[in-house]
Order: sequence, then structure tokens, then C-alpha cells
Amino acid sequence: MTSHWPRARLHVVTGKGGTGKSTVAAALALALASHGKQVLLCEVEGRQGIARMFDVDPLPYAERRIATGLRDPQGAGSVHALSIDPEAALLEYLAMYYRLGRAGRALEKFGVVEFATTIAPGVRDVLLTGKVYEAVQRNSRNRGAVEYDAVVLDAPPTGRIAQFLGVSDEVAGLAKVGPVKKQADQMMSLFRSPRTAVHLVTVLEEMPVQETADGIAELRRHGMPVGGVVVNQVRPRDVSDDDLALALRGRLDKDALGRELELAGVKPTKVLLDGLASEARDHAERRALEDAQREVVGALDVPVAELGRLPGGVDLGALYELAADLRGQGFA
Amino acid sequence: MSRRERVGPLASRPGVAPELDVDALLDDPTTGIVVCCGSGGVGKTTTSAALALRAAERGRKVVVLTIDPARRLAQSLGIEQLDNTPRPVVGVDGTAGGSLDAMMLDMKRTFDDVVLSQASPERARAILDNPFYVALSSSFAGTQEYMAMEKLGQIRARAQAEGTYDLIVVDTPPSRSALDFLDAPERLSSFLDGRFLRLMVAPAKGPAKLMTAGLGLVTGALTKILGAQILTDLQTFVAALDTVFGGFRARAQQTYALLQADGTAFLVVAAPEPDALREAEYFVERLDGDGMPLAGMVVNRATPEPRSKLPADEATAAAARLRARRKDSLAAGLLRLHADRWAAVQREQLLSSRFTAAHPDVATVTVAALPGDVHDLKGLRRVGTLLARG
Repeated sequence: MTSHWPRARLHVVTGKGGTGKSTVAAALALALASHGKQVLLCEVEGRQGIARMFDVDPLPYAERRIATGLRDPQGAGSVHALSIDPEAALLEYLAMYYRLGRAGRALEKFGVVEFATTIAPGVRDVLLTGKVYEAVQRNSRNRGAVEYDAVVLDAPPTGRIAQFLGVSDEVAGLAKVGPVKKQADQMMSLFRSPRTAVHLVTVLEEMPVQETADGIAELRRHGMPVGGVVVNQVRPRDVSDDDLALALRGRLDKDALGRELELAGVKPTKVLLDGLASEARDHAERRALEDAQREVVGALDVPVAELGRLPGGVDLGALYELAADLRGQGFA
Repeated sequence: MSRRERVGPLASRPGVAPELDVDALLDDPTTGIVVCCGSGGVGKTTTSAALALRAAERGRKVVVLTIDPARRLAQSLGIEQLDNTPRPVVGVDGTAGGSLDAMMLDMKRTFDDVVLSQASPERARAILDNPFYVALSSSFAGTQEYMAMEKLGQIRARAQAEGTYDLIVVDTPPSRSALDFLDAPERLSSFLDGRFLRLMVAPAKGPAKLMTAGLGLVTGALTKILGAQILTDLQTFVAALDTVFGGFRARAQQTYALLQADGTAFLVVAAPEPDALREAEYFVERLDGDGMPLAGMVVNRATPEPRSKLPADEATAAAARLRARRKDSLAAGLLRLHADRWAAVQREQLLSSRFTAAHPDVATVTVAALPGDVHDLKGLRRVGTLLARG
């Protein structure tokens, strides 16, 4: 299946806390790289989640290759990773764009770097998104750096995403003139173009789905390009709808179930039959809720991918599997 | 975060945590404030509301301060409007003599109120209209956390003066890191005290005079990068805020002292997932380090243990045999569900016992995941029962 967003260079992944957005961002980076592409995966919240997922050393403020594909006729793809730190990004930005000399050191000494990165409204976000922008739009100022086919950003949660990406608007408003405004304008034109896709991760529960719908509405209001919705941690669907309906009413045919178990060499004790029936009822109840939320997601009118629940937790093998699932559903 | 030092028993075995007795905590008349904290997505808001409702129906006069409830939960609590005023919740069983009010925090309005109460009307106007203030009050990371604490202080003061409430339950904002919430007051006051800001206000006064040459370089550089307008705005903002500095700092210290006081109980809310438990560990260690009274931990959304003890691997093998005979076998589907559930239960139990090995004193209650979403008082009561019984 071909990608829904052939022109996208920047994939922003957001989602409510606890829905697995970092996992999905990592899997998406792998999926994009599996086409023989060079991909950069960025995190901005200083959590070192990427290092943990890929089981590599903590990431410094430097692009590190963390995964390379097997040999392939199209050329092996690779994933680089970067943990963006606002202080380092500010100093790098100043070095790249201004020759400040003594004034640069004075900025640090007077606590301006600390002020700008922790306190000054919105500046922190601009530095983080500014570095992402630089990675997408590499130019001659950053000599010898890898040029990427795609950048995946593990972004802040849905509630903060429009502010995080659109915050350059606020700063442009504050700095009504000057070079920062020009920079912010350029960033906004990337973020608002089809070269960007903002994906939202959710699980099939009421609140995350509601937040996803609100997030999409907000992104659209700000003229941001909404990508797709990734529905994560979906329960297995190998019990038929008829059986689910029976399970809900406590009417499963336990005799037939017992005969099947015996065929498989499992002794159908009363405890086992009752246990399976009650697990079936719980599952049916959740499936019914999931189906209702699935309809809400379907009505959002964006491409949707579903990823299965991983009862054993997420390891590197699981990431590869999720990447294949995303690729198979047109997300890469 | 990686720079933080770890605190723990150093040598310990995985074990069973002491049980958290939620009812004893809620019934204790000396418990005046319960703060629910933890990372995002672990059910903090639901836990806070359920605790508040249970306390009210057991006879306490309760107010719950929520940050961002799901729409239907907000509706059932009667707090759809963001008006910063506690309102009575309809449908609470008051036979034990208790009551429940609820309110949703309006961050910007709380901040505005602080400014208005601290500064003269003209100065307050100058602050409220300044673009730096607008950005600070609505988007500065930590403002929401700080304002939640500010509101807590206000409600507490009024409750004590008027005898309106004897228990305040606070939900904390879904911070990017659990620690943001404890650092916020410190961060805000260090911002207001910052050397750079002081210099911006009075560049030529006192010892700063010696540094004006350096400052000239700095302002020159900033003008070059940001433009002159932003510096003028910043100077106006800082000058206007100067009068309320002292007030802010005093309030931040008061709130901090209130959190450390005996009547406060912190509950760390987590889910049996590695990330949520890692955040919970940092929180537990941090609360301990700051001398904050930790009452215990709530582990939400635990997978319920299956009734039948048929091992996961046997169930998986049997399911595979059945599926080879018939693709749509019901027994195979149910055996897989059973195996998945066991796998999840075992993984969660391992995580919990590791947590307990590192923090053996943290009283814990584990709340089984409910099949449905919680959005009414009935659902909250059910969660309350689970919280109390474990």
C-alpha cells in the first residue's frame, strides 16, 4: 500500500498521555526507513524514551544512528535519533546565525540562556520546533550533517500540540520585527504545508477519542495539516459478533465449549468454563465500547491505522512488528 | 531527569506492598487535603473525583478541584463552565451528613485574580495587558501547576474562615513530567527573582552598575535577535510586576508549607506500565526528599486476575490446536483471551513487585480496570469501592 502522505517530510506524532505516542512515533520512523529512506526521530521532552525503546545509550544533543535496515536493492534505510534540548539548541542557533562573540558568552553569564529556555514565554517551544525545522530544511549552514528524507517528531500531548507548533505565531506577535519573526514565519509555512502531517494516537476509550476529535478540530482551525489517527492497543477480534452477543447475556453454550476444549486436550472443569465465560463477558463489554468509539474515529474523516494490543509489552521486536502494521495501512 | 539521584533501600527483595487503607485516610478528621499526582493518562481525575465522592458520602464536607475532566464526567459533576467557583454536585447521598462541591480550574483567571489582589488597579491593568503576561499566564510551562496550588491555598483559607469544607481533594495537571508540579512554585519565583530580570528593571542601580558594560552587550545581542520592541515590552512587564514580586514569593512559600503540613496527604496515582511506574518512583522519591507527606500509591487499571488458573502457555498451545481444525473456533478465541490476560497479569505483578522492592514502605492499593468508561456518579462510586477494597 502506498503512503497517504507522499509529500510529507515532517511527521508530527501526538496523542493523549498513556496512549503510546512515543511507541507509535518510533514505529513510524522504522516504517518510513524500511523503504530505504534516511529518517530522523526526534524527542523533545528530555525523557530519553527513544534510548529506552531501542535499548541504546542515552542520547546526547547530537544525531545518532540507532537502527539500520538489512541490505536491500533500494539501499538500506536507517533511523537516526535526536533528543532536542532547548539550551543546546539556542547556543547552536546563535552560533549558526549570529556571530555574537563576546556577547554570546555574556548571554550565558547573565542567565539569558536559562531565562530564554525555561522562562520566556513560548521561546522554549520555538527552540525545539526550530531545531526540527532545521533538520527538515537542512541548508549549507549545517555543514556535513545528514540530509533526511523524513523527520518524525515525538511531540507533546494533544492538549498542547497546537500551542507547541503554533507558538511561533505568538512569538512572532511579540517580536513584531526582526530576524526572529522572519524565522518564525518560515517555520509556520512549513508546518502549514502538505510537507507536514500531524498524526494523533488514541486508544478506543471515550476520553482519548474525544481529545483526538478536539485536537483535530483545533489543528484545522489553525490551518495545520492533519495526518491520520493511529488507534493503538486494539483488542484481538477473534471472537465472532454472535458469540460476543451471547457472552454479554451469559448465554454461551458451555457444553459445546467443553467439547471443544476436550478436543484440544484441555480438561473442561467447571472453574475453567465459568472463568472463560466471565472473561468472555468482560471482553464483550469492552469490545462493545471499542466498537462505539471506533465509529466516532471513523467519522473524523482522516486515514486510520489500527495497532493491536501487545500483552507482553513493547520491545524492539514489537516495534518492528508495529512498523510493518503501519506500513501495511498506508502510514509509510 | 537522569541527573536525579536515586533513593531506596539499596538491598532488598521483591515483595508485597503494605496495603493502603483509603477509608481510614478519608475518615480521619485530621486529613484536610488530599493531592492526587502522577503522570498523564493514569486516571488521576477519575481517582480524585471517586475519592471525593466516597469521602462526602461517608460524612465529610468535601470540595474537589479538578483540572481537565472528560466532558461527560464534568457534566455529571455539574462543572461544565469554567468559572473557578465550587458548585454543589447533584445526586450525592448526604445521609451521613457530608456534601460534595466541585470546580474546574481556570488557570488564566486564577493568575489574573492574584495580580488584581496584589497590585493597584492601574498597575494591574498594565500587567494584564502586557503581551509577556498574556503568554506567561496562558502558556508558561508550570503556570497551570502553580495556579492549581494557588487555588488550593485560596480554597483552604476560605474553608477555614467560613467552615465550608473539611476536606479538599486536588487533581494535578497532566505535566510532561510529574516533577513539574512540585517545581512550579520554585520556578515561578526564581523567574521573578532572576538576575536577568532584576537587571532589566534597574540596570544602573547598586552592584549591577559594575556590570552595565556586560549588560549593554546582552541587550545589544537580544535586540539584534529579537528586535527592540520585545525588549521594551519585557522591561515594561518586569517593571509593572516589580510591585507584586514580594506577594508572589510569599504565596509560593505559603503553599509549599501547606503541602508539607500534617493535614495534607499525597497519593501517587500510577498504572501498571513501565513508564507510569517510573514516573511514580521519581515522584515518591521526590516527595520524600522534600518532606511532603506521602500517604500511598494507587495503581489504576490493573488487569483483573483470571478466575481459572489454566497457565498461559497451555491455553495458547490448545488454542493453536483448535484453530488448526477450525479457523473460527470459539474455544480458541476464549483461550487466547485467557492467555493474554495471564500474560498481562504476570507482567504487571512483576512490575509492581519490583517497585515494592525499591520502595517497600509505600502503602499501595491496586484498582482493577473497569470494562467501561467512568462518567457518572454511579461509576465513581464503583471506583470508590474498588479503591477502598483493593
